[in-house]
Amino acid sequence: MRPSAVRLLNILVPIKRTIDYAVKIRVNPNQTGVDTNVKHSMNPFDEIAVEEAIRLREKLKDEIKSIKVVTIGPPKAADTLRTALAMGADSGIHIEVPESAPAPEPLGVAKALKAIIEREEEKGGVDLVIMGKQAIDDDAGQTGQMLAGVMGWAQATFASKLVVDTGKKEASVTREIDGGLEEVRCKLPVVVTTDLRLNEPRYASLPNIMKAKKKPIEKISASDLGIDLTPIFETIQVTEPPKRTGGQKVGSVDELVAKLKEAGITAVKS
Amino acid sequence: MSPNVNRVRVIALYKELHRLGRDYPDASYDFNGRMRRMFERNRHLTDPEDVEKAFKLGEYIKNETLALYSLRKYRALKRMYPEEGA
Repeated sequence: MRPSAVRLLNILVPIKRTIDYAVKIRVNPNQTGVDTNVKHSMNPFDEIAVEEAIRLREKLKDEIKSIKVVTIGPPKAADTLRTALAMGADSGIHIEVPESAPAPEPLGVAKALKAIIEREEEKGGVDLVIMGKQAIDDDAGQTGQMLAGVMGWAQATFASKLVVDTGKKEASVTREIDGGLEEVRCKLPVVVTTDLRLNEPRYASLPNIMKAKKKPIEKISASDLGIDLTPIFETIQVTEPPKRTGGQKVGSVDELVAKLKEAGITAVKS
Repeated sequence: MSPNVNRVRVIALYKELHRLGRDYPDASYDFNGRMRRMFERNRHLTDPEDVEKAFKLGEYIKNETLALYSLRKYRALKRMYPEEGA
């Protein structure tokens, strides 16, 4: 008896090169942004996304046909793609922008990803997009939702668990929401954004990094896709949060009450 | 065991530890300097048991360092993006 036709899935994982999580951020002298002459690495939420794609393949084996990673960034962003390839992705797409270009905005990224997905149609299409829920540099948290919107696809954001049924072409996603967890079931294709608690990403060992050098990275420009990444927003000013003033120690309850009165805080009438 | 096999293993371990050491959070700790000195101290080992013991120590340090990095990252991210109030 023939097994039921199993759909082979193509997974796309968009990733972003951001300032490393451990770097102490400094506002630049012009107050137009932050000092970017520091260590960069893959957005931690995107590392989780890459890891999830690889774990899906470890679970579903041949049912996952391809895991492609894509990034929009300057030439150095290729290093981030190489890290993803070293973790286990098959191939990469680098939408290269000039070093001096302003960072693309979520809507621009979503449109560029849409163009990539449409390009992939002739190669079998994309069934599942897994991406970080937000980037640690802008904390926008919009790209995944916008991508689902422009594609007209299902979306399951803040995923803390992902189960894919290739036979039924469905994904069951457990979402982290205020007050608890929510489970949603979506028909493929679907955009899933990863929460911190989805998994713990693997370390890309040196042998794997060497192997990844042979994996292909396709380089294209935004104009090749017919996309304009010019920002719609203008950043007026970037400032540091106000410095914390030191706390004060008081000697007695009376002193505390006196200081509170000084600060303009009065007792509530009982 | 031919000396060549061990040489390849040692070089691979050294390269891996060196790459890991570049990301060590405490700049004043000179991870790579200490690591190199440990390798140099053991360069004349001939007894296969001693050689294996040294390899095990190297692998142990590699795993401990990886665990340190993982934990540090996890704690930092958890602090930056705390769970919504339950």
